[in-house]
Amino acid sequence: MSEIVLEGRNIVRDYHVGGGLFSAAKTVHAVKGVSFKLEKGKTLAIVGESGCGKSTLGRILTLIDPQTSGELLIDGKAINIARDRVTSEMRRKVQIIFQNPYGSLNPRQKIGEVLGEPLLLNTNKTAAERRELAMQMLVKVGLGPEHYNRYPHMFSGGQRQRIAIARALMLSPSLLVLDEPVSALDLSVQAQVLNLLADLQDEFNLTYVFISHDLSVVRYIADEVMVMYYGEVVEYGTRDEVFSNPQHAYTKTLFAATPKSDVDSIRARIAAKKAAA
Amino acid sequence: MSETTVHGGVSTDSSLRRRLAEFWYYFSENRGAVIGLVFFLLLVLVAILAPWIAPHGPADQYRDAVLLPPVWQERGNASYLLGTDAVGRDILSRLIYGARYSLFIGVIVTSIALVGGIVIGVVAGYFRGWVDTLIMRLMDIILAFPSLLLALVLVAVLGPGLINAMIAIALVFQPHFVRLTRAAVMSEKTRDYVIASKVAGASHLRLMFKTILPNCTAPLIVQATLSFSNAILDAAALGFLGYGAQPPTPEWGTMLADAREFISSGQWWVVTLPGVAILVTVLAINLVGDGLRDALDPKLKRS
Repeated sequence: MSEIVLEGRNIVRDYHVGGGLFSAAKTVHAVKGVSFKLEKGKTLAIVGESGCGKSTLGRILTLIDPQTSGELLIDGKAINIARDRVTSEMRRKVQIIFQNPYGSLNPRQKIGEVLGEPLLLNTNKTAAERRELAMQMLVKVGLGPEHYNRYPHMFSGGQRQRIAIARALMLSPSLLVLDEPVSALDLSVQAQVLNLLADLQDEFNLTYVFISHDLSVVRYIADEVMVMYYGEVVEYGTRDEVFSNPQHAYTKTLFAATPKSDVDSIRARIAAKKAAA
Repeated sequence: MSETTVHGGVSTDSSLRRRLAEFWYYFSENRGAVIGLVFFLLLVLVAILAPWIAPHGPADQYRDAVLLPPVWQERGNASYLLGTDAVGRDILSRLIYGARYSLFIGVIVTSIALVGGIVIGVVAGYFRGWVDTLIMRLMDIILAFPSLLLALVLVAVLGPGLINAMIAIALVFQPHFVRLTRAAVMSEKTRDYVIASKVAGASHLRLMFKTILPNCTAPLIVQATLSFSNAILDAAALGFLGYGAQPPTPEWGTMLADAREFISSGQWWVVTLPGVAILVTVLAINLVGDGLRDALDPKLKRS
């Protein structure tokens, strides 16, 4: 059994809303006690509908927001950013890729600066070394060195997402949180970016936490699947277990709601239509 | 993608000179901005060289040449190109010397208001909470006063004079910059690229001034250029009330105020020329501001 990179023990996140002059304070339980373990080099997919707490969980894993209670272990080390400062060593272990590639790049930073920033802040590399590394990374994600001096607005959505992936990989993290990384892209570009992610996972032995609501994408990339519903984990297991034999009623509904495009189901649908007519 | 040329033809030099060249390329596409800049630079030059190019001293009175019209009119005198005022001072010379004061007032007032406003506004918009509430209520109080009245009170406390008037006007202009900056910072702060920078380990200071602030400059530049002209006008108003530049000083606004009695009489040049000087200067600065905004905003750049 290989090493555990990421472990969550009963992670809880509550939001306090209201509490102003005219309304009483309310507590929203966004994540209600989530536990999981993730091995190195594997992909955990977190699936669920909008507002089920999957992005909140992603932000906790990336050390952006603190958890209200519960334990988060990265490489076996417990971390709680509400209590202690995040060291640059910790920063280097976890990176995130966002859903919207149009908002995730600073419009006033050239691509070279976007890629160099993580190195500038966390390492002692010289400007020349940073540039060299950034150039190499651009080639790795399928762009070219000629893109180094361009601004984000000169790129398409798929290219921007490649840049975002390159930025996340600059510090060679062991864990990458992908918050719906392909749902803002069109289908052909989705496939390209997914293939890129799969290639990079093999090359750098990365561990992915893949947040998505698209089950066909999840089936393609995931090793393990966690289904969330209103902040709770309703199903957790390997991809084949979950997809072939869903246990919870919500998971079954979720699978039933996925459009089927294989030949048999299309034939059945046409036959049903004819019968009705 | 199969790129074989690794460094071919693509300059990766991001030195200051290259960035300036790039800036100039986009700035020069806006013809109005270039005209404005040329005029503004000429004005700066005139202000610097005033003692050498002005035909007379700014306070010299020629008793035999009171209220002479400009040279192209009847009775005009070639040694007073733009005529003389009620006590026989050469208007051209006074305008040339006045450029010094007006530019000085504009630059200093705008700089103080801009720098102070940006720092306070970024802090308020970034940290929110009680810091924000405290700052914004304070700014609301300043905004609640009529601007000239508040400047008058401040000058009355500080004592009359050009420097104190400038400080007072800067304080009065500050809330506009604070509000603009805060609003822009608040809308930028929640964007994903800021969070990405944070995940990359950027400190609060870096996030505030390096990541967020450059994305908030466009409205600030426009506000700054408008303030530049407003500062000149407000300083003139204070001068008129006796709290700004003191009489022999050839400040444009003070000249305008002194010539008030000639508005409806035949001596149009005494009151019109300082007004035209203010108008053209303000227009030029606004044009430059427009060009700056276009050149500094990468979203408007055409690749």
